Amino acid sequence: MLAAVVGMLMLASCESEAQGPVPSTGDKGALTIEFDNIVGDKNLVLGGGASTNGAGEDFVITKFNYYVSNIKLLRADGTSYVVPQDSSYFLIMENKKESQFVRLKNIPAGTYTGLEFMLGVDSLRNTMPIERRTGVLDPGGSMMEDGMYWAWNSGYIFLKMEGTSSKGNPVNSKFYYHIGLFGGYSTRTVNNTRIVKLGFGEWKAEVTTSKTPEVHLFADVQKVFKGPGINLSIGQYNSVMSQQPQVTAQIADNYTQMFSVDHIH
Amino acid sequence: MQFTLKPGRVTGQVPFACAILAVMCAAISVACNKNDDPGVKPGDAAPTPIQWKKPAHFPDPVYDLSRNPLTREGVELGRFLFYDGILSRTNQIGCGTCHQQEAAFTHHGHELSHGVDDLLGTRNSPSIQNLAWNPSFFWDGGVHDLDLVPFNPVENPVEMDETVKNVIAKLQNTPLATAKMPVDYPLMFKKAFGDEQITSERMMKALSQFMVSLVSAESRYDYYRMGDQSALTVDEQRGMAIFRSKCGSCHAGELFTDYSFRNNGLIPSGAEDQGRFGVTANPADRYKFKVPGLRNVALTAPYMHDGRYHSLREVLDHYSDSIHPSATLDSALRRPGQKPGISLTATEKQSIIAFLSALSDGHFIRNKQFSDPGVGTNF
Repeated sequence: MLAAVVGMLMLASCESEAQGPVPSTGDKGALTIEFDNIVGDKNLVLGGGASTNGAGEDFVITKFNYYVSNIKLLRADGTSYVVPQDSSYFLIMENKKESQFVRLKNIPAGTYTGLEFMLGVDSLRNTMPIERRTGVLDPGGSMMEDGMYWAWNSGYIFLKMEGTSSKGNPVNSKFYYHIGLFGGYSTRTVNNTRIVKLGFGEWKAEVTTSKTPEVHLFADVQKVFKGPGINLSIGQYNSVMSQQPQVTAQIADNYTQMFSVDHIH
Repeated sequence: MQFTLKPGRVTGQVPFACAILAVMCAAISVACNKNDDPGVKPGDAAPTPIQWKKPAHFPDPVYDLSRNPLTREGVELGRFLFYDGILSRTNQIGCGTCHQQEAAFTHHGHELSHGVDDLLGTRNSPSIQNLAWNPSFFWDGGVHDLDLVPFNPVENPVEMDETVKNVIAKLQNTPLATAKMPVDYPLMFKKAFGDEQITSERMMKALSQFMVSLVSAESRYDYYRMGDQSALTVDEQRGMAIFRSKCGSCHAGELFTDYSFRNNGLIPSGAEDQGRFGVTANPADRYKFKVPGLRNVALTAPYMHDGRYHSLREVLDHYSDSIHPSATLDSALRRPGQKPGISLTATEKQSIIAFLSALSDGHFIRNKQFSDPGVGTNF
C-alpha cells in the first residue's frame, strides 16, 4: 500500500518533470555521453593488472556493470531537458565497448552545462509490468553473463562489481558486490537508487543540428571502495548482495561519487 | 496415489446441483469455451478471445487481465510451455514436472523437489491454482507479478538451470525432429500474438494466461457456499466452524489465506531458511513464510515450506502441540501464561480434516484442458 502510494507520487513527479520548459526553436540534435571506467589514474582492464584499494588490499576487477537511467541535461539558466523516460535506460558494461557510449537523440539544440542521471533503475520501473521492461531491462538475461536482475527478489541490480583479490573469499579468491534494492514493493527495504549530478565546469555541450558533442565521463572503481559511505575492505566484505542492506547503501553512497567530467569534445 | 478422489455429489438434489454447475461453468468459461481442437482455422489471423470470469463468490482478481487478455491460442501456447522440458538446460524438466495436476499442481510425495540432474531445492513446491488472486509469489513473496514468476524456476541452478534467453533461442529453432513431440513454437507464437517473434514478454504472458486459467472453484465446499446446504456433511460443517474460529484469522476468505507472512512456529531445519527475511532483510521477518491457500489441500501433501509434515494430522498436531517459540513467532499462536499453540481436541482435528477434504476439486485435477498435451515429463 505504502509502495503504491509512493509509486503514485513518483508517477506524478515524473509527469511534472516531463512537462519541462519547451525550447523556443524546434531544432534538434544529438549528444553522446561516454562512460569511461578507470581505476585511479589507469584505464580499467578486466582481468588486468592488480591495483590497491583504500584499505591497502590488492584487487583485479573481472566484471563491472551498472545501469544509468532517467537522464536530464541541465542548462545554465536552471532549466533542463529530460530525456523521455522509456528511452532513458542504459546498461554500461565494461566488457562491451559500445554500451559505454550513451547516444541521446532528438535533443533540443542549445547549450548544456551539466547533466543528471540516476545510477540504477528507478523504483517505479522496478514495479512495472513486463511489457515496460524491454531492451536492457529485459529480465531474461543470465546471471552468469550479463544478468542484472534478481528473479527471486524481483528487482534490478544497479551495479555489479566482481573481481579477485588475495583478500577475496577463501574458496576462489573472488569478491562480489551486487548492489540493488529499490525500496520494496509491499514491504519497505533500503532504496539504493542514487542521483548523480555533474556540472560541466569550464566545458559546455553545444547541441546543434550538425554538431554532436561528446561528454567524456570517468567512473573510478577506486571510489566504489572509498567514499563518503564506507571504507570498503574486501577482507571484511568479500560478498555484498541483498542480505546486508546497510552495507549496500553505504557502497551506493560511495559509487555515487565515482563520476567526474574529463572533457567534452 | 495416496489420496482418493471424492466422487461428485450423489443424487438427491440433481437438478439443483446441475443448476449450480451451470452457473459455475459460466463463471469459469475458460474451461468451458474450449473444445478439443487447439488449432486455429487456416487464414484465421486474430486469436480467439476467452472471457475470463471470476467465480461469483471469489474476490476480484489481483492479476490485471486487461494487460494480457486471455485467448484460446495464448492459453494453449502457455499450456505447451508449462509442460515442455525445453524450458530446462537438460530439456527434461518442465514446470509440470514439479507442479503435477493430480496433486493440484504440486510435486506429490516430494518434500523438496528435484530439478535438473536430480538436484534438490530447499522448499516444497507450491500449488499452481487460483494465481490470479495472489498479490505475491513464492514462500517468501519475493515476486509480485505473475509474469515475472517463471524467470525463477528457469534460472534456478537446482530447478531448470537455464536462461530465458536461451529458452527463447531453443523455441525459435522448433519444431525439432528429435523432440518427444515436435512442436512448432514460432507458429504457436504467431497464432497467439500475431507474428512469430518470441520474446520474454510473450513467453511469460502465455505462461500467465495458462496459469491464470487454472481456477479451482468447484469443490464440495463451493457447492455449499453457492447455496447447497447438503454439499457438506454435518461433520464437515462442524469442521468448517472450528476451522473458521481457530484457523480462519490467517487462512481467511474464499482462497483460505490472507497472503501474509508469518512465523508459524516451525523449528528451523538444517537449511536455516529464514523465509521472508531473505527478501526484506528485516530482522522482524525472520522465519516468516507466506500463509498458503488451502484449496485442494488434501491433495497437496507434504506440507509446510520444507515439506516436513506428511499429513494434515501432523500439521494440526504441530499447531496444537509443537509450536517452537521464537522472537518472531506469530501473535496468533501466542498464549499468555501458556505454551504457544492452538487448542484443538482430537475430535476437532478430525472434523477440520474432514472439512479440508471437502476443498478438493475433482474437476480441477481432471480437467483435460489443464493437462500435459504430451510434451512433459513426470518424475
